[in-house]
Amino acid sequence: MPETGEVVVMSILLIIAGLVFIFGTGRKIYQYYSTPAPLKIPTTPAPTSRIGVVWRLTKEVLVFQSLFKAAKVTWLLSWLFHAGLLVVLLYHLQFFTDPVWSWIWLLVPVVKYASFAMVTGLTGLLVLRVVVDRVRVISAPSDYLMLVLLLSIAASGLLMRYFWYPDIVLLKQFIAGVLSLQFQSFPGGFTLFVHLLLVAVLMIIFPFSKLLHAPGLFFSPSRNQVDDSRERNLDPRAIESRSTKDVSTGAGHE
Amino acid sequence: MSKKPDFRVPELNDSLEVPKVKDGTMAHSKPFISKPELNLALGYPEELIDNWQEVAINKLGDMVNNSRALRVYMDTCVKCGACTDKCHYFLGTGDKNNMPVARQDLLRSVYKRHYTLAGKYLPKLVGAEDLDEQMLDKWYTYYHQCSQCRRCSVYCPFGIDTSEVSMAARDIMQTIGKSQKYCTEIIGKVHKLGNNLGLPAPALADTLEGLEEDLLDDINVPVKLPLDVAGAEVLLVTPSADFFAEPHVDGLIGYAKVFHQAGISWTLSSHASEAANFGLFTGSMGNMQKIAIRIREAAQELGVKRIVFGECGHAWRVAYNHLDKLAGPFDFLDRRYPLPQHMVEVTHDLIEQGRLRLDRSANDAKRVTYHDSCNVARASRMGSKPGGQFSIPRDVINASCNYFYEMPRNTTKEATFCCGGGGGLLTDDLLELRVKGALPRMQALKQVNDKHHITHMAAICAICKSQFAKVLPYYGFEMDQIISLHQLVGDALVFSAEG
Repeated sequence: MPETGEVVVMSILLIIAGLVFIFGTGRKIYQYYSTPAPLKIPTTPAPTSRIGVVWRLTKEVLVFQSLFKAAKVTWLLSWLFHAGLLVVLLYHLQFFTDPVWSWIWLLVPVVKYASFAMVTGLTGLLVLRVVVDRVRVISAPSDYLMLVLLLSIAASGLLMRYFWYPDIVLLKQFIAGVLSLQFQSFPGGFTLFVHLLLVAVLMIIFPFSKLLHAPGLFFSPSRNQVDDSRERNLDPRAIESRSTKDVSTGAGHE
Repeated sequence: MSKKPDFRVPELNDSLEVPKVKDGTMAHSKPFISKPELNLALGYPEELIDNWQEVAINKLGDMVNNSRALRVYMDTCVKCGACTDKCHYFLGTGDKNNMPVARQDLLRSVYKRHYTLAGKYLPKLVGAEDLDEQMLDKWYTYYHQCSQCRRCSVYCPFGIDTSEVSMAARDIMQTIGKSQKYCTEIIGKVHKLGNNLGLPAPALADTLEGLEEDLLDDINVPVKLPLDVAGAEVLLVTPSADFFAEPHVDGLIGYAKVFHQAGISWTLSSHASEAANFGLFTGSMGNMQKIAIRIREAAQELGVKRIVFGECGHAWRVAYNHLDKLAGPFDFLDRRYPLPQHMVEVTHDLIEQGRLRLDRSANDAKRVTYHDSCNVARASRMGSKPGGQFSIPRDVINASCNYFYEMPRNTTKEATFCCGGGGGLLTDDLLELRVKGALPRMQALKQVNDKHHITHMAAICAICKSQFAKVLPYYGFEMDQIISLHQLVGDALVFSAEG
């Protein structure tokens, strides 16, 4: 069904979704950035330097350190999902680059596992949400729908990988067309249509939903603040004249 | 515990169990509402105002616009459930709304309804709710079942801190005339008389004199407890409970002995005769600042060189993080010393410098464990390295006694459980909540006790000490098993005849 109508509708939808995603999320990030954080509230023990904070956030982003402390099953499932998602997203760059960036082909051996990790993680999280009473009672319909949406995107993607392959050349032309605001041929196929439609939905709801946890983490004062309230008041000369230990806790007189 | 309680005290088991979620088991637990004159004295409406909904919603919007923490915390929760089994009040009551995320959601759902696109047009889908009388009632009930201990924030993948949310909710409530009596009463007293207990200066002087006499009788050393002495090196700001209540006062005696042996001149102040700052609990920046400024005034008036805080959890939090911001600059102090210092840090450094003579065996009749106070553990630091708030008190305990044992690892240090009485909840109208909220700590105490026959649990917070003295008997322990860390130090200090 490669009609022009379909091309135009899908192109416009994706353009709108992309704009909503970029400007909506950008607006939220600016909001987080510009809202004052007058008081120091890092959850301690906290790093005493900027570099320490970068390391703390890196651990939160890459291995979900706090969640690991909290709930091992939830941690495993969400890490599988997010790690899988990352690999799959990077793999998708092949549809946006021409010639394809060579390092993307390094992902070929793992992308299969990544996509199944994604589906396993999402399914597991959905099961947890239903089965664990404490999680069930805090779930709104949108919490389930979000997982269903992500699962549907993953499933439709996997279907195209293993059963109904779209024409990659046409697909790349279509994507290049959307990016340059020209309406190119659409490779067609119901599965691809659904896949792209759901991705557009995801991008549109991103700035208005809990998906904001992605940028939000970087602005969370309990995680991104340096624990240096006292050090900033110290006379720098004192640090030279006394041992670090004495300066920090400084008991008696000389 | 004189009479039988009218609620069921949880049982201690072999280990802590996560309860099934129940609806509304603590819906009846509310603190007494503040009296009109107390509200007026703090500049809040006497009682619930007519257009409270409108004012509350505007205030919420204002607060989100002015607090990055609140804004990020409102947006980022993904309902993963990591925090759901972390709150001591949930573990002790099983009430759904005592799960941190559910507690936050009481405010978040209203925020969504009024300040998010999805909540405005599709409230059912995203769990947005109107602020009606029922919701306000839930706010009052459950935001007074949070002791602002930050345990949930350790485990949240985004660091969402329920204490920030409950402070915000309490601030909104007091703005519309729905404050809690215990806190307004105390803040009123500290503004008027300088301390939470309403102890006037002459009474304080009297008490300290009496303590000096007792000490002289006791150890035959003229240890002083100076009040308002101009020109002293150190101003000690300590919770007013230290002046007479057991077991607090033994801590105060411990500080006095430390200063005496080290030869450091020090003084208490009748103007700032209180370390606690309940402005933190009610989320009131204005009150917090006013209370903090007293300390600056006292320090300036007495011409001290440094400020040291006694054993008080949230006081240390406010002092450590905010004192300079709220009441600074403190450029008249000796800036070679950190502002402020904790008494435990001072003692620790003196021990390291070999300036204290301690005989551990003086405490050989005691088998001790240590309760990390929540605000010290998760909202502040001691020493120069992260985690000093854990190692420094333990070093001091180990230097003062021979028999020290840790409670289970998931109940200490950053994972410590609140005593159950923090955050402005240390009032008898919330006794059931306090007893039930103490369950996780009591369970941990039982576990270490089963193995090591513990006689005493040391703490460095006035609220912890008062709370444990009250709730220990409900769980089959003795009320005097809770002691001040500086009691251990004081008891171990050796004074030769000349002092």
